[in-house]
Amino acid sequence: MEDATLVKLTETFDFLSVRASGDHSALNCPANKLFEVAQSLRDDFGFDLLVDVTGIDWDAASPRFSGVYHFFSTASHGYLRVVANCEDDINPQLPSISAIYPAANWHERETFDMLGIRYSGHPNLKRILMWDEYPYFPLRKEFPLAGIETDLPAPDVVETTQAKVKSAPMMGGPFVSTRSGPMSQAEPRARDESWTESEEKPTEPSDEAKR
Amino acid sequence: MAEVKEITIGDVAKRSVDTAEFEGETMALNIGPSHPTTHGVLRLKMQLDGDVIKHCEPVLGYLHRGDEKIAESMTYNQFVPYTDRLDYLAPLANNVTYAMAVEQLAQLEIPERCQAIRVLCCELARISSHLLGVGVYGMDAGAWTVFMYTFSQREKLYTLFEELTGARFTTSYTRIGGVARDIPDGWLGRVSKFCDQVLPVIDEVDTLLMRNRIFMERTAGIGVISREDALGYGLTGPNLRASGVDLDLRKDRPYCGYEKYDFDVPIGKNGDCYDRYLMRGEEIRQSVRIIRQVIEDFPDGAYYAEDAKKIFAPPKAKILTSMEELIQNFMIVTEGPRMPEGEVYFEAENPKGALGFFIVSKGGGVPYRLKIRGPSFCNLSILEKLLPGHYLTDVTVILGSLDFVMGECDR
Repeated sequence: MEDATLVKLTETFDFLSVRASGDHSALNCPANKLFEVAQSLRDDFGFDLLVDVTGIDWDAASPRFSGVYHFFSTASHGYLRVVANCEDDINPQLPSISAIYPAANWHERETFDMLGIRYSGHPNLKRILMWDEYPYFPLRKEFPLAGIETDLPAPDVVETTQAKVKSAPMMGGPFVSTRSGPMSQAEPRARDESWTESEEKPTEPSDEAKR
Repeated sequence: MAEVKEITIGDVAKRSVDTAEFEGETMALNIGPSHPTTHGVLRLKMQLDGDVIKHCEPVLGYLHRGDEKIAESMTYNQFVPYTDRLDYLAPLANNVTYAMAVEQLAQLEIPERCQAIRVLCCELARISSHLLGVGVYGMDAGAWTVFMYTFSQREKLYTLFEELTGARFTTSYTRIGGVARDIPDGWLGRVSKFCDQVLPVIDEVDTLLMRNRIFMERTAGIGVISREDALGYGLTGPNLRASGVDLDLRKDRPYCGYEKYDFDVPIGKNGDCYDRYLMRGEEIRQSVRIIRQVIEDFPDGAYYAEDAKKIFAPPKAKILTSMEELIQNFMIVTEGPRMPEGEVYFEAENPKGALGFFIVSKGGGVPYRLKIRGPSFCNLSILEKLLPGHYLTDVTVILGSLDFVMGECDR
């Protein structure tokens, strides 16, 4: 049943292509057609529930950022994954579908907050989990796990206390595993990112990573 | 004698809402982030006109811990304890959902006994979460007694959890490919006993609240969510079903062998706070029904996938006595379970709604990207639309009826 939907979708929109997937039906969609497709998915194909919106940072690859959407149909009980790549790697952008699915409003704000994908046409695109003045996008691959020292959100508090948001101490845990590298380095171990006389202070990420 | 003159004043409160008399004189009111009715650290910035809410902006993120970032830096099994802290009122259900999402990535078949254990975990977690939800909801509406009834039951459940997992709260019970250990001797009997005595308590709670005039006045017709809005804002779980949408992933996309069990899915009619309350009481009864069926026909066999040699670390006794298992354990601890490349999205019907995990794997033991879809996050997004037009006193009741938990909202 899910396959029939997929065939019909690719027939209706010839710019859609089937995406490799191990579980649900999946489609690739050009970013500029996303709004049109989402509208049709809700109105013509019965995908009435937008369950999830998120993004992926593909690191060195280009296109670097992808937006991922999961739709669900309460009639056929099937999922559909739609993936749209952002054309620009530096200033990733996608059209907002919050006008069609109000659920997308917060999801898109979160994806913007975490990955820095901007959603054009979003009614209120601002950070949702981090505070408004936060300068980084934490889920980008170059952002360190321990975080980066930054100013507190309240300027008056900073002035009086000189306090800053410090990066997390990494000595003694958590036990971090890396995805690549020889086993002796990749195995779970505490990654101490503090600096000593022998080890230099880790450099801050480039301005590009900042907002 | 003074002449008595009768005058009618009508509904004063309604009149002050209807007329534009006070329009323009709004007051800003802040609730939270640390306030008993927000059940955690939710903050609401509101504009009030008299007692009526004109505008509401929820502010989140006070409990943001960066779980998704952390997940990218550890092996699949290492992340299990972090899932406890998502919906921390039903950690067992989170554990199961997470394990199943990863197993779907690995296309792993789970033995029947393990599935039965997991169903028990999910349903006991549901009862525990709803007991708290109902008890605290009574408290939000001003009925303190209910809380005492439900909390004493929840305490008994925690004793059962402790016996099963070794922890009362942060259970971390599942592993990729199975569960941490088999059920203890006689545990099923004790679960069964618990079920026998929890039902009368639910009836008791119903007699306290269901036809309680004050409770009904405070909840019926308040915070009505239409079917369209519920779907549009991505509500799931009891909140969605209270609005009349028949969607329960246990029935509609059965996992873990739920198709074998006979149970009903309660569906609401009006989508108001009262319906959302009724959902939870009924779901506890249905969960008890499922648990009884599981116990009655509890399968034998292994509690983990024995043939998944590169995914599940064998039991300790085998590791200490056999070379092959020792190596297997070593590889899984140092490299993590071997996963194929791919993208997987898995959702399960958790007490608060559909908890989803979207996993992008590039192979190996560490996920490339792991996105957590917290049901409370979606359920709360409707507040901006729902609260305006209600009285300030209704905020407590509406928030309580949505039964959210900030742990999975902020992640």
